Order: sequence, then C-alpha cells, then structure tokens
Amino acid sequence: MNLFAIITEALRALHQNRLRTGLTMLGMIIGVAAVVLMLSIGQGARTKINETIAAMGSNLFIVVPGATSSGGFSFGSGTVKTLTINDAYAIAELPSISAASPVTTGNVQLNYAAKNWSTLILGTTPDYFEVGNWKMESGTTFTESDLRSAARVVVLGSVTAKNLFGDEDPVGKTIRITNRPFLVTGVLMAKGQSLTGRDQDDNVFIPITTSERQITGNQFPGSIRYMLVQGKSAEDMDIAEIEITQLLRQRHRIAKSKENDFTVRNLTAIADVATGAAKVMSIVLGAIASVSLLVGGIGIMNIMLVSVTERTREIGIRMAIGANQRAILTQFLLEAMMICIMGGLIGLLLGIGGAWLVSQVTDMLIVITLGMVGLAFLFASAVGIFFGFYPAKKAASLKPVDALRYE
Amino acid sequence: MSLMTNYSASPLIRIENLCKSYSLQDANGKTITNQILFNLNLTIYQGEFVAIMGHSGSGKSTLMNILGCLDTPTSGSYWLGEKNVAALSNDELAHIRNQSIGFVFQGFNLLKRMTALDNVATPLLYAGVSRSNSRRQALELLRRTGLENFAMHQPNQLSGGQQQRVAISRALVNRPPLILADEPTGNLDTQTSREIMLLFAQLNCEQGITIVLVTHENDIAAYAKRLIRLKDGHIIVDENNTAGVVSDEIA
Ligand SMILES: Nc1ncnc2c1ncn2[C@@H]1O[C@H](COP(=O)(O)OP(=O)(O)O)[C@@H](O)[C@H]1O
Ligand SMILES: [Mg+2]
Repeated sequence: MNLFAIITEALRALHQNRLRTGLTMLGMIIGVAAVVLMLSIGQGARTKINETIAAMGSNLFIVVPGATSSGGFSFGSGTVKTLTINDAYAIAELPSISAASPVTTGNVQLNYAAKNWSTLILGTTPDYFEVGNWKMESGTTFTESDLRSAARVVVLGSVTAKNLFGDEDPVGKTIRITNRPFLVTGVLMAKGQSLTGRDQDDNVFIPITTSERQITGNQFPGSIRYMLVQGKSAEDMDIAEIEITQLLRQRHRIAKSKENDFTVRNLTAIADVATGAAKVMSIVLGAIASVSLLVGGIGIMNIMLVSVTERTREIGIRMAIGANQRAILTQFLLEAMMICIMGGLIGLLLGIGGAWLVSQVTDMLIVITLGMVGLAFLFASAVGIFFGFYPAKKAASLKPVDALRYE
Repeated sequence: MSLMTNYSASPLIRIENLCKSYSLQDANGKTITNQILFNLNLTIYQGEFVAIMGHSGSGKSTLMNILGCLDTPTSGSYWLGEKNVAALSNDELAHIRNQSIGFVFQGFNLLKRMTALDNVATPLLYAGVSRSNSRRQALELLRRTGLENFAMHQPNQLSGGQQQRVAISRALVNRPPLILADEPTGNLDTQTSREIMLLFAQLNCEQGITIVLVTHENDIAAYAKRLIRLKDGHIIVDENNTAGVVSDEIA
C-alpha cells in the first residue's frame, strides 16, 4: 500500500470520527498556541532588554554619592553632596578610564511659543552623549567651548522636543528655561525606557557649568548628582573599579577604617543580571507551555488507545484482506501525526494571533521568530510520533484471528 | 481417501498431523490446555469445491482460520501450494492473505462507513495498486456480482445478501486461487443463500477457483463436490458428495 493511499485511509478515519478528532486536536491546539505565545513573550522581553542594554553604552560605571545602600541600585538619595565635578575630571584622567561625565539634575519649566512643558534637566559635559551612547536625531550636541563659557544652549530629548515643537524643527530655535532663553543645538534620538523603567527621552541637557550658575543653583558648589564613567575595555572593568574607588577615597580623604562616601556601580554587571533574569523567564514560560503540550500528547495517546481497542475488528478485517503490520502501524501513526500536525497548525495561528493581541493590548514587545514556529511544529510532530507509536504498535502486533474475534 | 487420486491437478492445500490447542488459565491460575484439533491430515486439490460440516464447537472455524493464515497451528505442517506456511514471516503471511486467499465470513466483515466500492478496492490498495486502478477493478467485480448500482452504498445501506456479495467481490478482487468461506450463508435467508451458493458454484466451475466452505446445513453442503465431517476435532468423514445438486442447476 503506498503512502498516499495510507494517508487517505487515515484522513477518512479522522473524518469519520470528527468529534473525537476535534476534541483530541484541542489538546494539541492549546499546547502549541501556549508554546508559541510564551516563547514570543519571553523572546520579546529578552529582545527589549538587549536593546536597552545596547542603547545604554558599553563598559559603563555609574558613581553616586553616599555609601552603598542595602536596597541595592539607586541614584542616591539626592541629599548627599560628596561627589564633585572635579572628582569626575580626575577620574577621567585614570589610565583605565576613557571618559567621565558629571551630571546634575533638576526639574524645570520649559516654554516655546504658547506651549510649556515641565521636565527633567541634566547638566553635563559633551562627553556624556558619547559615553551614554546617545545618537542625534538632528543638530549637534553642545561643545567643550559651550561648557567653558557656560553658554545658554540646550539639547532636547525626543519626547520633550515633540511636546514643545510638534512637527516643527527645534534646531536653531530658542526656548525659555525658567524664563531664560536657550538656543536648541540638537535633538536626541529616542531610546525608550531604561532598565529601571524610566522614560529616557523626556529630558533636556545643558552644559553643567550653565546649570550650576544659572538654573539649578547650588548651595554646595561643584557637587553633582552622579557621574557616568566609561572604562577603556570590558576586560579591565575590575581594575577600573578599583582605580576609581582608590582615587575617590584619596580625594575625599577617607580614613582606612571608614566606609566609602560614594558608590560605584558596574552597569554591565546589572545588565548581565537583567539578561539572565529575562532568560530564566523565557525558560520558565517555555517549560509551562511544554507541560500543556505534554498533556495534549497524553490526550492523543489516550484517544489512540481507545481508538485501537474500538477498531480491533477493523484491524482484523484489514489484516485478513492483506494488510501487513507496517501498513497498520503506518495508518495509526499517521492518524496520530495528522491530529498533531493539524492541531499544531491551528495552534500556531492561534498563538501568533494571541501574541499579536497581547502586543496590542499591553505595551509588551512580542517577537515571533521562524525558529520558534519551527520548534513548536517539530515539537507537535514529535509528540504525535511519540504518543502515537505505542497504540499503533499495539494495533499492528495483534494476531489477525484475535483481532477478528474481538467483539 | 483413495477417491482423491482421481484429480489430475496438483495439491493446493496439504496438512499433516495438524493439531491446535489453546492454553487457558483456570480459576486457580493453573494453566489448562484445551486441544481443539487432533492430528488432521487433509489434501485439497486445485479446482475442488469442499464443504466442511460438523456440530457447533467441533473445530470448523479453528481449521478455517489456520487454512486462511489468520491463525497458526500448535503442531503439524501446512503446505499451501509450494509454501510451508509455518516457515513464513508475518509479512509473507499478509502477502498470502492478500494474494492467494479470499476469506468470506458469516458476519460479512465489511469495513464500516466505507462504500461497497472502497471495500472491494482495499485488498488492491494493500497489493500496491493505485487508487484509481483499484477502484476501476473493484467496479468491474461489482458489475459481475450484480451490484453495480450499489457501488457507492455503505454496508449499512445494503441487505445481508448484498453485503455478502460485496464481501465475495472483495475476496475475489486479487484473483486468488482459493476462497475460504466460514458459514457464508449463516446469516442469510434460504433464497439469498441459494443465490450466494450458485455464485460460489459458478466461480468454481467457470474459473476453477478452489472453494472450501463451512456449513452445518445439508442443502448448502449439497453444492459442494466433496464433503468433510469434523467431530470433536477429528475428521470422521471425507467423501465425494453424491447428493450434489450443483450440476443440475448450473446446466
Ligand atoms: N481463542 C480461543 N481460546 C480458547 N478456546 C477457543 C478459542 N477459539 C475457539 N476456542 C474453542 O475451540 C472450540 C472450537 O471452536 P470453533 O472452531 O469456533 O468451532 P466451530 O466453528 O466448529 O463451531 C470451541 O470449543 C471453542 O470454545
Ligand atoms: Mg464456527
């Protein structure tokens, strides 16, 4: 009997028992849909985290004032004023460090024409954009000479630019920051959320000198909120961390027995933790989905076993008219596989549809790869073969006379 | 027994010292052996029409199942044509059932929810014939058995006689030299039984197909040319059927 004929026989049998076929298929559909959905959510989370990390810049340290808090990563309480602009400049000179950018922060009111917008203002150095891996949407950053002269120039985050200017090009326009006119030199490209979930695009950047003297004011001259430090190479991050720590302890004249009055955080390490967490999450999601696939597979085995018993007489008749064991085995195996493959296809479509729905309803990123689709499909077929084989084998190894005598 | 030497044809079926017993577990879990067939010796030549008779439980079906390669003997040998059946693999047995033997059952044993045409075509499919060719040949057979107009009917839409004709067509579709029929008229009324028996007689006369048929009715056995009686697993009678009516009816 050729394969085509066997396939036709299998299809006929499935068609004859539509209800049973459908119910069995349901297990497969749910399993595969769950696998696709879970994998796409997991993959989406990983992709998002990787994008964020790539946008963050490489070999980064963030140095904040204040001792290490037990609460883990934070941007400092904001009341400790132990880090200064000059600390940053000194760190930039270290052999393992390529750049260090001091940052002050504050909240300000912006005006352009009739629009106003309140946002976060960061005072920093031109290096900041390089170190933080910021790309320009239009215009340029402010310059070293702007920094020296404390010029009234500003670089806008993309969200801020959109809110103040709409579709107008902000470059070369003048906005007012707490009522002082500032020239817009450039607009940054959007970065999205940070690892901690903060919107990184709703802010403006001005030279730190301008910020100190004209905007935030400063009761502690030269003190900063944090600094962004870039190491020269990924391998020497440990050395760089030691150098930063030693230099700052020395500059702050901290006695040997005393704690640091600052905290150095390696952002790469944080990124690794986040990547690891995302990976674990997608594995867990995948495992949960696999269980439902497994349950679907066992359902198929159940049904096939019932079907073999119910059709014992049919098997006997087929043997009596010349079916060999392989023909019977193939027929039952194909029936199981067809349930799986058809269920798999429907599940695949449902899973993709579900993933699309999730991406519409929530702001989660959903990624569906061809590999994922292939995996779900392969898995479905494997389940079909695995759970179909035993009943099929059982059917094929019956003795014709016993099968025929079965009531 | 010497009667059989009249046949010039070669032996199709030859069994020697054939025994069949079943092992059963009794209530105490002890194995008891229940012997059904005892040292049967039998030779059937090509072109014969043999009726096997005997009381219920005498082992007729057991013998037929062994002859049909649906079951295996406990001991003794069975030669079908040139082949020693005991030495054949499962696949070879399936091939013999497909090509050399057409089995007709009392209960018809058609495949449910399948048209008469597809039922008849299935043995051809197992023989590797393409679907369209097998359907064409099946239709030709249904035409010869007078069921042309019922080709697309499913078994439950056919009368008993029609179902048995479909089953006979199915048994014939691979042109086997041997038809084994275990009480083929057992579920049919007298008139339909007569028609079925005439069909067998015709196949035997016109196409020389060897027919071995089980019955416990004398007027059915009357169609056969040779009569074998089984009693408690022993052959007690093996003779030419003098009461034959076939020649009159066919002529
Ligand atoms: N699979 C089996 N297991 C045990 N005993 C069996 C089996 N098949 C048949 N028998 C026994 O063999 C005997 C002969 O049965 P069978 O050949 O069907 O008789 P007949 O067809 O002549 O009426 C019966 O007593 C029956 O109970
Ligand atoms: Mg019987």
